[in-house]
Amino acid sequence: MYQVNEQIFMNAQNCFHCGNDIVVADEIIFDEKSFCCAGCKTVYEIFSLNDLTCYYDFENAPGATPQDIKGKYDFLDNEDIVSKLLDFQEDSTHIVSLYIPHIHCSSCIWILENLHKLQKGIAASQVNFHEKKVRITYNPNETNLKDIVLMMSSIGYEPYISLENYENKKKAVDRSLYYKIGVAFFCFGNIMLLSFPEYFEVGEFWIEQYKGFFRWLIFALSLPAFFYSAWGYYVSAWKSIKSRMLNIDIPIALGIVVMFVRSTVDIAFGYGQGFFDSMCGLIFFMLLGKLFQQKTYNFLSFERDYKSYFPIAVTKINADGSEEAIQVYDVKKGNRLLIRNQELIPVDGILISEKTSLDYSFVTGEAEAIEKKSGDKIFAGGKQLGREVEMEVLHSVSQSYLTQLWSNDVFQKRVDQKYKTITDTISRYFTPALLGLAVVSFGYWIFIDVTTAFNVFTAILIVACPCALALTAPFTLGNVLRIVGSRKFYLKNATVIEQLAKVDTIVFDKTGTITTNKKTSITYEGTALTDAELKLLKNTLRGSNHPLSRRLYDYIPNQEKSDTTHFEEIIGKGIFAEIDGNTIKIGSSQFLQHMSENTHKKTKVHIEINGVYKGSYVFNNQYREGLEQLFENLSKNYNLVVLSGDNDGERKILEKMLPQNTTLVFNQKPEQKLAYIENLQKEGKNVMMIGDGLNDAGALAQSNIGISISENVNVFSPACDGILDASQFSKIGFFMKYSKNAMKTIMMSFGLSLLYNVVGLSFAVSGNLSPIVAAIIMPLSTVTIVSFVTIMSNFFARK
Amino acid sequence: MSVIYLLISISIVVAAVFLYIFIRAVKSGQFDDDYTPSVRILFDDELKKNSNKSEQIRTQIEKQN
Repeated sequence: MYQVNEQIFMNAQNCFHCGNDIVVADEIIFDEKSFCCAGCKTVYEIFSLNDLTCYYDFENAPGATPQDIKGKYDFLDNEDIVSKLLDFQEDSTHIVSLYIPHIHCSSCIWILENLHKLQKGIAASQVNFHEKKVRITYNPNETNLKDIVLMMSSIGYEPYISLENYENKKKAVDRSLYYKIGVAFFCFGNIMLLSFPEYFEVGEFWIEQYKGFFRWLIFALSLPAFFYSAWGYYVSAWKSIKSRMLNIDIPIALGIVVMFVRSTVDIAFGYGQGFFDSMCGLIFFMLLGKLFQQKTYNFLSFERDYKSYFPIAVTKINADGSEEAIQVYDVKKGNRLLIRNQELIPVDGILISEKTSLDYSFVTGEAEAIEKKSGDKIFAGGKQLGREVEMEVLHSVSQSYLTQLWSNDVFQKRVDQKYKTITDTISRYFTPALLGLAVVSFGYWIFIDVTTAFNVFTAILIVACPCALALTAPFTLGNVLRIVGSRKFYLKNATVIEQLAKVDTIVFDKTGTITTNKKTSITYEGTALTDAELKLLKNTLRGSNHPLSRRLYDYIPNQEKSDTTHFEEIIGKGIFAEIDGNTIKIGSSQFLQHMSENTHKKTKVHIEINGVYKGSYVFNNQYREGLEQLFENLSKNYNLVVLSGDNDGERKILEKMLPQNTTLVFNQKPEQKLAYIENLQKEGKNVMMIGDGLNDAGALAQSNIGISISENVNVFSPACDGILDASQFSKIGFFMKYSKNAMKTIMMSFGLSLLYNVVGLSFAVSGNLSPIVAAIIMPLSTVTIVSFVTIMSNFFARK
Repeated sequence: MSVIYLLISISIVVAAVFLYIFIRAVKSGQFDDDYTPSVRILFDDELKKNSNKSEQIRTQIEKQN
């Protein structure tokens, strides 16, 4: 009952379908439910007619308003393009996977898996929620991809098809780690059970009789774990020896091999039961650590380039005036293209139509649309706003300015760059020390007893096998990755955290990063202005070129023109003008000699007409919330740089707002940003770049860590190491500190695991390491380490 | 021949069968998506048959046009 009430209450103000606020004038009531627009109502109608209203039962207002897509998917008539998009193609069966950004709740899953009820010919559809993908199997004789896409768009689930889909390199999913873990667990479990009888051995007749059978069975069971599951460690150890870098895998591989050989010898000569259970347990736990570290965000992509943003096809206008959808790569110089509203300009060209507005936010991060007139050059990457326009192509896709940015070296060399992880650094000391100790102990015992000497030598290598050490970093970093992920800071992989802790210089982009993308609003405070006064104001502003004047001029509605009889602009202060005998003063509070708090947080333009102070226009702060606080905190520990592509018009404001030692650099082109970062790195700095647009892509790739800020993590962000949700901008300080604490946790845990090693070694050196001691120490150390790092990383996250 | 041989071989075979099933499950992609199936299982098998309701809607739409 409560639920029903709630629903009725919700409907009172929000659209039944999409949940948006309803503007009273546009409200449509249908079937006793309110809708915000005809689109939403239509979707409801479609669902009702097909008995699919269950859609609304799982979630309140789960839908999206269908967009106008007239002509947008005409390219799906082109067989070649369609066949590139298909996963599987056969006479009567086609399978396609479509990325649908709107997937967000259980209703979405339900409706998308019932697509066959809406369109004949669809055999089945299956949703992968995390990847936001639906896999549709359909019969091409009964329907086609275009109809399916149009149908899905009509119910608010428009798929996102970009140039990236065209290349369609199917990545083979690597599941070998799962197999290895499965095999290791199988071996570990069985060996453990079979080892038990001998652990409790009291010299009974029963044990004596079956000892051989048990031991050899254990040996046989250990083979798959030794040869298959642990194989990666041998390979890695061998590689690191060849490149003369002592990584942690060397002592691990050594430990495993020695354990295996010694145990086999023990069994073969009847000395004992060997350490097979410890060996398999160790392999299993370490593989588990590897798995835990692999936290991937399927719905994000850290490797994106322009391809995931570019359309797959464009509309070409033929000489005879007919329209044709062609593949973007087939666009040639001299072609005429038709660009619809909201479509992306795919290539550089010249505008033929009268005028248009282009939104270059994807390239520059600047949200304000730029006006272009007929004959102007337009660059690839802009989104066309307004009526459809025609353009003539100057360069093909691969030669356009934007795409050429990608041929820069940094985008290629990134892949090979390998960081030395903290574990590897430690093992550089650990491995020689361990080998040294083994040799010394061997040298000592060999004068007393040769058999013991061998036993001690192998025991040291076995017990010191740095299982706990090797597990520390994966479990800590894996956990940290999950914690920051739940706070909307998505990192590419675990090594990024280590890098984050090393950063000493943070470089911010300006537009879109420390400012929001939302257009700034202007508000007026003071006594209301009459129409005549507005007219005076607008005419005064026309003469000024100051950025604030320009914006205010655009803001004030159109007025009748009249000439100024006197006009004077005092730079940095304001304007003084006379029109038809009226005197107007516009400018800062000092200029007007009107005392009011003029904080730097708000930019104000004061107005005085005929000597009477009227009020001020306030340019609302476009900087992100918490910016000053964040910079102040960060400036204590980091060098801060603001790197902007804009002119230095805002230098004054930024200087006032940000701490003194912040470096401000303006007028930076994308290549210059990249070079600036490179210079900092040459000075030995560890640079973190925080940016957003494509113009930062080079700098993000060059820096030690590139973090991309995104208002909506599902849409485009350039290739980077981490994506930060814009709402979490003020928390950057916390993340930086947390990464340092994570490293602290790892160091503490290293200490703990070394302690275990010392205990184990004291058994080993004295020649007392029995299989049961090893079987106890090994899991015990693993459990303590794992719980210690989990507790610590959660504890630091709470602060 | 002691019964212990028989019992242990059976236990190993059972474990091996489980391992085989696990590997097959991984191979078929069952572990790739760990969320959607958990939602899917909660859906009813059949849709709510509500023909007169959809009939009602149909007349409403016709009336509008």
